[in-house]
Amino acid sequence: MFCLLLRQSRNSYQIITKQVFKSPVNTVSKALHTTSFLRHGEYEWQDPKSPDEIVNITYVDKDGKRTTVQGKVGDNVLYLAHRHGIEMEGACEASLACTTCHVYVQNKYLDVLNEADEKEDDLLDMAPFLRENSRLGCQIVLDKTMEGMELELPKATRNFYVDGHKPKPH
Amino acid sequence: MNYTRNLRYCRRQFINVYNNSFSTSVIKSQSVQQVAQPKRICIVGAGPAGFYAAQYLLKQLSDCSVDIVEKLPVPFGLVRFGVAPDHPEVKNVINTFTKTAENPRLRFFGNVTLGTYVTLQELRERYHAVLLTYGADQDRELELHNEQQAHVISARKFVAWYNGLPGAEQLQPDLSGRDVTIVGQGNVAVDVARMLLSPIDNLKVTDTTEYALEALANSKVERVHLVGRRGPLQAAFTIKELREMLKLPQVETRWRAEDFTGVDAQLDKLQRPRKRLTELMLKSLGEQSSRQSGDVSKQFLPIFLRAPKAIVEREMEFAITELQENSAVATSATEKLPADLILRSIGYKSSCADAGINFDARRGQVCNEQGRVLQDKETKQTAPGLYVAGWLGTGPTGVILTTMNGAFAVAKTICNDIAANAFDTTSLKPGFDPSNKPIVTWEGWQRIDKHETEAGKAKGKPREKIVSIPEMLRIAGV
Repeated sequence: MFCLLLRQSRNSYQIITKQVFKSPVNTVSKALHTTSFLRHGEYEWQDPKSPDEIVNITYVDKDGKRTTVQGKVGDNVLYLAHRHGIEMEGACEASLACTTCHVYVQNKYLDVLNEADEKEDDLLDMAPFLRENSRLGCQIVLDKTMEGMELELPKATRNFYVDGHKPKPH
Repeated sequence: MNYTRNLRYCRRQFINVYNNSFSTSVIKSQSVQQVAQPKRICIVGAGPAGFYAAQYLLKQLSDCSVDIVEKLPVPFGLVRFGVAPDHPEVKNVINTFTKTAENPRLRFFGNVTLGTYVTLQELRERYHAVLLTYGADQDRELELHNEQQAHVISARKFVAWYNGLPGAEQLQPDLSGRDVTIVGQGNVAVDVARMLLSPIDNLKVTDTTEYALEALANSKVERVHLVGRRGPLQAAFTIKELREMLKLPQVETRWRAEDFTGVDAQLDKLQRPRKRLTELMLKSLGEQSSRQSGDVSKQFLPIFLRAPKAIVEREMEFAITELQENSAVATSATEKLPADLILRSIGYKSSCADAGINFDARRGQVCNEQGRVLQDKETKQTAPGLYVAGWLGTGPTGVILTTMNGAFAVAKTICNDIAANAFDTTSLKPGFDPSNKPIVTWEGWQRIDKHETEAGKAKGKPREKIVSIPEMLRIAGV
């Protein structure tokens, strides 16, 4: 309950701030979703053109292994993960139809992300091990405020727990 | 052929290096393969579980070769035959599966049925390991008198019908009546309801089979009742599917206010997914009295707390239930709902494809422990080198992420067992011999795929699926 309240208040704060200040990033993210050339991740393969564009982030994989990568403004973190061999799937190719790129965002960066839209939240509701800081990787597009952000991949699945936890019988 | 295939693979690899780093290990492994005997792994069933397991194995085991055998001439299982035609984004996963299939260490053999064409025993002799991923092709029954009547059909068959599963074109569901009653409230039930209620123009641009489009265009169905045994707080559909229903043009969703008695008082106790779903239902319920009904021609009617009791002429009788500790308990009171057509959607189960499989017929799944198939019913011993993943091993639940994680986990178990020498991986194994057999290779599927997409283009559809197996084989060049 506490988490939910927190989430809601965060979201309403975002509604006020994000839509005013984030419009250039939104444009990039929209382009990623409508242009077939960009949406398959080719953009993420381009190196930053200047140091101003660089955004360093860290992925923490299922086994806790940390990989820090150099991304750039406008990179989609799903395709950036693919470029660097991080095991983040993306079954529906960023079209908001699955949850295979579910990640946990380091709490202090939650506020700098675009607010999750209704469709993303609907899908997150289907993701196993949903947390207050859950997002879909394919909906996160880097900007300078995300410098140093950590994204953690969920650890286990419903049927095959690696942490020794046994699921309850139905 | 092989040369072109490799060339194409290389080109794709260049374009899609982002996908999975398995592509780089492929190059290394090819040289290894020539000196050492590869670990031969056979996957039975080319659906999501099979492809995801193959993807993991090819990536993690540089010295393995994977063969996927599939009963149908065409791959992708429920992604092709289960996913709703109006959810084309979900089918994007086919691109990832195609990249896996184009790995030179993978062979696809379509039109090979386990249990008739090849036995499990033969496969186990010819491979170091066999992974069963042939899914769940049966459905649970209501076990009511009259259930075999023509107007009672399973939602699974109805889905197969509009999705063009070979054989399902014979179904000919009777859509001449006004009322359809769907028993069950899972996402399959909602998919079926949406297909019945969607404006036909929305479906014409999907890969719904032509005969189904024709039948749906002539459908007289106006009301779809979606009946569940338990209450709104236990509803099995998810919010994404419900929201789609609420947004369907010319369709009104009508709830029964009495089903929601006391529900809002519980909202604060709910976990986020359940809470958001319940809030959406309550919001829709609250708006229904003020809703303009001018443009409405059809109704979607979710009904809770009703358990199937009897099938009668053009009606279905339900026992009114009460919730006791989250289970539905039937009372003596009953209600009849109009039902010109009854669709049963209360779950899938698997079938036992081969007598050599240790199969739990009651639960409809293969007996296994974390993906290792158990030798027999009595002991807890596992059968060396025999595995199961996907719905065949876990039961038919979960979204594609669940299947993916499950398949990855079983593939990891296989890798660990190989590393621990848990079964023989050193003796020479010949693999499946495809020569002189009517099998469909990956190139054969690509010919079918091309044919289907071209036929679809002419009609403004992403593809027009071929439904007849002989025609598939002809186009594949078998």
